[in-house]
Amino acid sequence: MVEGDWDIITGNHAAALAAKLARVNVVAAYPITPQTTVVEYLASFIESGYMSAEYIRVESEHSAMAAAIGAAAAGARTFTATSSQGLLYMAEVLHWAAGSRTPVGMAVINRSVGPPWNIHVDHQDSMSQRDTGWLQMYVSSNQEVLDTIIMMYKVSEHPDVMLPFMVCLDAFVLSHTFMPVKIPKQEEVDEFLPPYRPRHWALDPSDPMSFGNLTFPDDEYQEMRWSIDLSMRRALDIMEDVAEEFSEKFGRYHGGAIMKYGMSDADYVILTSATLASEAEVAVDIMRDEGIRIGLLKLRSFRPFPHRDLRENLQGKKGVIVVDRSISFSSGGPIGTEVRSSLYDITGSPPVINYITGLGGRDITYKDIIAMSKDAIGRISTGRLRRPYYWYKLKPEYQRVELTEEVMS
Amino acid sequence: MSITIHDLRRRESSYLPGSAACPGCGATIAFRIASRILGPNTVYVVPACCFSIIQSTYPRSAISAPILNFAFAAAAAAASGVQRAYKFLGKDVNVVVWAGDGGTVDIGIQALSGAAERGENIMYICYDNEAYMNTGIQRSGATPMKAITKTTPTGKQEMPKDMPMIVAAHRVPYVATASVGYPFDLANKLEKARKIKGFKYIHIFSPCPPGWDFPVEKTAEVGKLAVDTYFWPLYEIVEGKLRVTVKPRKKPLKEFIRMQRRFDSLKDEEIEEMEKLVMEKWNFLLHLEKSERVF
Repeated sequence: MVEGDWDIITGNHAAALAAKLARVNVVAAYPITPQTTVVEYLASFIESGYMSAEYIRVESEHSAMAAAIGAAAAGARTFTATSSQGLLYMAEVLHWAAGSRTPVGMAVINRSVGPPWNIHVDHQDSMSQRDTGWLQMYVSSNQEVLDTIIMMYKVSEHPDVMLPFMVCLDAFVLSHTFMPVKIPKQEEVDEFLPPYRPRHWALDPSDPMSFGNLTFPDDEYQEMRWSIDLSMRRALDIMEDVAEEFSEKFGRYHGGAIMKYGMSDADYVILTSATLASEAEVAVDIMRDEGIRIGLLKLRSFRPFPHRDLRENLQGKKGVIVVDRSISFSSGGPIGTEVRSSLYDITGSPPVINYITGLGGRDITYKDIIAMSKDAIGRISTGRLRRPYYWYKLKPEYQRVELTEEVMS
Repeated sequence: MSITIHDLRRRESSYLPGSAACPGCGATIAFRIASRILGPNTVYVVPACCFSIIQSTYPRSAISAPILNFAFAAAAAAASGVQRAYKFLGKDVNVVVWAGDGGTVDIGIQALSGAAERGENIMYICYDNEAYMNTGIQRSGATPMKAITKTTPTGKQEMPKDMPMIVAAHRVPYVATASVGYPFDLANKLEKARKIKGFKYIHIFSPCPPGWDFPVEKTAEVGKLAVDTYFWPLYEIVEGKLRVTVKPRKKPLKEFIRMQRRFDSLKDEEIEEMEKLVMEKWNFLLHLEKSERVF
């Protein structure tokens, strides 16, 4: 692997390289499949002298996040990575990271949640942590893994943001799959991403400050929560600015909060994220050849949620097909419900057809995206919009039960 | 060179007026002494515990040192991160966990054990008031047998965990017990630990007037009697070698027990039973003192 050149590497390798290129000072991590090779790469980088950082080999994910917050509070740029149960075990301290306004960076290798045990991709782990105050990005290629982690340090350390971020990549589909990746040179990354200097507060005996002590209802607790919300909203424009700056410097643009494909004249829009969005690009090409005017809106940022982008791009469309890889039980897909809520009160609000699929790593290809899209278009044109969401690719005997439910409701 | 009262007077405490501590709080006596010894170049990591309240409320602070308040279970992990960041950035700062017994022997034991095993260069101080006092007196893994708490209304049925020995089993360079009733013993242990690189653990017996139900002016006396009755022996383990640091003339356990209403359910004959356990522990420590290494 040569910096400044192309290589063929896995998503996990790309994530570890991004941490090195971002000059992370402190790594605290605990292994879990399929994230494991990230912590192995980092260990070998640090022990071979390729990367200069402290590496805390903690005894749990809860402690990994705690150590990362402590290190960030003392003024270090920090990184960790996890998956599934590990992310859920961190849940308490995920809130602590955002509440502390520590810009901790994390790669989440999206893996389904047990029981039953399953190491393959879905987004239930990170989607269930959507309200922790973390910026959440979903990516579609190993190049996007590397580039997005570097970009997100710049976004999350911005004085108007100061929130932790997670870059989410699909288990195995990206984490263990080799793809060509252009590795930037360290000097170029250094020019793009200056060292972290905490502007608001840090643990410093020469300027003692107590952080996190008790508040009462009439103190600024509510205002602190408001300020997280405000910073998160402001991060949308900052994300776009950083993506454009990155594009000028490195010649690659993956989008800010969203990425559009074939949207200009589209009647129908597929809205999805992560590697399903790559499949959806192929699906769009094929359906366009068949004469269906369909486009793709890839959701890169789930938090902050890009309401304005969605409203501007989806107003007046004939229909939006949202494909979710997780489920908020009895409510629908986390993306689907938010897209519908975002579009509900605009004039020309399009129908939103939400599919839940690909859980536990069930393979979903462009063919499935085409099938869902055509099913949705059929429902829209015949007015069969009975349910807020539909399960796709259940085994036939289960699909029969689900269909019965649909007819009855 | 041991610490004298003149040394303590000369050094500035990080504990300011205006705290929210209960009258007679043993933990604040411990903090006053500790912060004098540890000095101003110190950062404290405080998990959920009485000190979350004692330090006073936002935007004020009754402690003049930087504090990172942290989630209950992970103080030792957060402190590990703080210390490693300073190490990377080339800053020399004392990183100290200041935790209650719940955050140490129960919910925080995993993070503590991990940091001890990794040999993190931090000092972990447990001020032990022998129950969950901040939530209003519920039993912890450090609550002594027979003590009444709100979750053991007829008296706890189990023996407490021997936390200093659990930490010592990690073969860390320094472990000590201390009591606010023996302030110079405590101060000297802090002074010794401060100079040692690696993981240091000090477990301070901190009497709690509302939790143990004794008059607020008796904190020092209770803290001293615990040691003098051998209920809470004072020792240190340096690089595995144990030394009992205070060997007072034994007083009857009853004197310590009857000062506190938390032991009201104990009959005299039960105190005799407890006396046997106390002597067993004391003799065991004397036996360990003769060994080259405890662990």
